[in-house]
Amino acid sequence: MGLIRLCRRKSPWLLHFNTGGCAGCDIELVAALTPRYDVERFGIQLRGSPRHADILVVTGPITRQAKDRIIRIYEQMPEPKAVIAIGSCPASGSVYHDCYNVVWPLDKHVPVSAYVPGCPPKPEAIIHGILKVLEKV
Amino acid sequence: MTFIVPIGPQHPALKEPEFFKFEIKGEEIVDIDIRFGYVHRGIEEALQRRDYKHDVYLIERICGICNVVHTTNYCQAIEQLAGVEPPERAKYIRVIILELERIHSHLLWLGIAAHQIGFNTLFMLAWRDRERVMDLRELISGNRVTSATNTIGGVRRDVKTEQVPTILRGLDALERSTKYYIDLFNSDRTILARCTNVGILTKDDARKLCAVGPLARASGVDTDIRRDHPYAIYDKLSFNVITEREGDVWAKSIVRLREILESIQIVRQAVKKMPIGPIRIKVDLNIPRNEAIERTEAPRGELFYYALSNGTDRPERVHVRTPTCANVASIKRMFLGGTVAEIPIVIWSIDPCFACNDRVSLVDSHTGKTFNLSLKELRKWRH
Repeated sequence: MGLIRLCRRKSPWLLHFNTGGCAGCDIELVAALTPRYDVERFGIQLRGSPRHADILVVTGPITRQAKDRIIRIYEQMPEPKAVIAIGSCPASGSVYHDCYNVVWPLDKHVPVSAYVPGCPPKPEAIIHGILKVLEKV
Repeated sequence: MTFIVPIGPQHPALKEPEFFKFEIKGEEIVDIDIRFGYVHRGIEEALQRRDYKHDVYLIERICGICNVVHTTNYCQAIEQLAGVEPPERAKYIRVIILELERIHSHLLWLGIAAHQIGFNTLFMLAWRDRERVMDLRELISGNRVTSATNTIGGVRRDVKTEQVPTILRGLDALERSTKYYIDLFNSDRTILARCTNVGILTKDDARKLCAVGPLARASGVDTDIRRDHPYAIYDKLSFNVITEREGDVWAKSIVRLREILESIQIVRQAVKKMPIGPIRIKVDLNIPRNEAIERTEAPRGELFYYALSNGTDRPERVHVRTPTCANVASIKRMFLGGTVAEIPIVIWSIDPCFACNDRVSLVDSHTGKTFNLSLKELRKWRH
């Protein structure tokens, strides 16, 4: 069991889903993958399919259209899985808190392991959030 | 016999949730249908419930990538409503931030485009250079992405004299790497094989489908709001409008890359010519009934705002028409006759920003009929 845990901790694969955000957090997440921040040194990679992913990274307030999709993607991921909410939107609605088409917070729909607040958070903060989740694994 | 390939809302080729339905016959794409609305949050309605100053923060978050051009456009529209003119120095600072944003947006585009054609080295290189622009933006505005620089009546932060050498040094490094990318796009076999004669939009089609920005310019339509309808201080700066004739993905890339060089020149001129003076004036925000139209050139094309005031401190209506909204109509023409392997790069070649773009349509779930609501009915429906 110790070996499997070690492997999980050394190669967490991310799945990114934007649930209606402004793309500000998305570009900071992608920036975290690129040479200056380089999360690949932790074994972290961005993956395309929910079936391959360990950590679901959610950005944006949850719009009514995206709500069912985020639940479906979460259900498609294999166990053990974690969810990280990036930015203020999935936590508190941020500036969109009173818009008619958003249904924040994210933890009403799927269980959330870590929040990274900020509008948008810097790549360092995103890496910190991911590492916090890895400590729990 | 045709086969349906669904792409989205969650798909590695898309950074934002949208749904594309491709109808293919063998390898050939014969039809395409797009479904929008996953990112629709209801911003235009929320704008009416906030006052003018709070709206700036909401406007900034319509799109994270091109936030400065949104706030500049909004502030210019409200300044036009109130009949005030921001100080000269504020206009220069706006142009500096706007052009840095264009450089960052185009480099971001270049990186993801390289990723879409499987050229991940170029993706990493482009994003490494993009960090230089982000550093300059952080230096000037204090933030990497949402700059929060613009406010109604001017800007909130000054560009200090001691920051100027750092800005110029950063621009020199960017110019060197951009020239290298242009060489690469002219010589690299992989890029030429994946980008030439792919996703062609002819000049006639670009005109007919009302394409804007780099997409139209790559098809040979000579249009640029910065030159045709100068705002801020673009009329005092010299720059070229880049056009290409081919209209394929390669032309769209070269237009964007050469625009980075033009933007670098614009920032250099603006930093040099910047006059000394105040950066902000006070504006009375109880604006009497008036209406204004404002246009700016976003990194993706023409951005259009319509604002209507009603004598209170809240706008009666603010309408936003974003460049992706105009460009999305061209997607179908670019795809027909193409192959499945082209899908990611051709979608990305219009530089889509669905956060800007998403609209809502009302559909009766029983009959499937769509209908319109007036502003009065819409407000009643909300509360």
